[in-house]
Amino acid sequence: MGLIELYASMFFAFLKIGLFGFGGGYAMLPLIQHEVVYRYGWIALEEFTDLVAIFQTTPGAIALNSATYIGYSAVTTAGYGTLEGILGSVICTAGVSIPPLIIMTLVCTFFFKIKHNSWIQAALKGLKPAIIGLIASAALILMNQRNFPDYTSWGIFLVIFIASLKKVDPILLILIAGVAGVLLY
Amino acid sequence: MRIVLKPYIELFFAFFKIGAFTFGGGYAMIPLIRNEAVFKRKWLNDTDFVEMLAVAQSMPGPVALNTALFIGNRRQGFKGSLAAGFGVILPSFIIILLIALFFTQFKDNPLVERIFKGIRPAVVALIAAPLIQLGKSTGITLKTLWIPIAVALSVWLLNVSPILIIVLSIAGGIAYYKFIVQNRKERGNGTD
Repeated sequence: MGLIELYASMFFAFLKIGLFGFGGGYAMLPLIQHEVVYRYGWIALEEFTDLVAIFQTTPGAIALNSATYIGYSAVTTAGYGTLEGILGSVICTAGVSIPPLIIMTLVCTFFFKIKHNSWIQAALKGLKPAIIGLIASAALILMNQRNFPDYTSWGIFLVIFIASLKKVDPILLILIAGVAGVLLY
Repeated sequence: MRIVLKPYIELFFAFFKIGAFTFGGGYAMIPLIRNEAVFKRKWLNDTDFVEMLAVAQSMPGPVALNTALFIGNRRQGFKGSLAAGFGVILPSFIIILLIALFFTQFKDNPLVERIFKGIRPAVVALIAAPLIQLGKSTGITLKTLWIPIAVALSVWLLNVSPILIIVLSIAGGIAYYKFIVQNRKERGNGTD
């Protein structure tokens, strides 16, 4: 694939992610994964889990971080240089940001009409249960052999799950899990 | 010229600061934005903020970006939303780009691999745990529980495109709430 074609397909993939990314970061994970892992194979599913871990401990939205990272990594993995990679980051980040820019401009223009429009409210109500399903699918996809190779990893999962229900800071939990990894493996 | 640029620079830096500290996804930054935009700079009052947030969360795209675009637009129109949008994106763009530049060098380091072996199941736990709270707050009942289950299984096992799921659930929401529920109300029997 030529560089221009790669840029174009990355741009449109992230444009789609920006346009259909309802429900926040975790609900967008299966969408991002479907495009960048399953459809285009820009990164492997294994690498995707590690990226999600990194994005949970760095500032910024998961969708934007994915765009920035994958934009660079897909281009350099295809054999192009650092500068082309940085341009890839810019293109993907722009792609994922353009739909929100257009939509929020429209929202600002028609704010009260949108708020009281019964069609939009009905659509949003329809989305809610699906968003929960999408987040659950993100968890299920990542519950694979590679992320859970042994009983130790299920133990870590349970401890972090319960701590997270108790509202412990997620960044702290990731740090604890990282230390546990060093001590247990 | 300086006077003309000032409101844009203000928007840019306010959201740059927010973008630099929004660890752990959009919901973590809500109090930060509220503090900056409502209390410190008085760009909008608290009631407007809550209403704006509800809209920003229901539209597609990252909540942090949507909020920045909305407040930017309210302050200075389209150019204002560009200034705020660039501000909120730029910190994580720089950080993630640096990680992308150097992460490949550490990926195969044995110590890093051990750290990640511990972190991977934790990542899944952090995604799964909010589901319980979310199911409650969304009002999922035994009658509607099949929807998230069907969605999760079809995406997980059958590789169904999440875009298809979103389009179908928007259509389903409109069909159900606009036609079925409304008809029922008009005929005057039952509430749902």
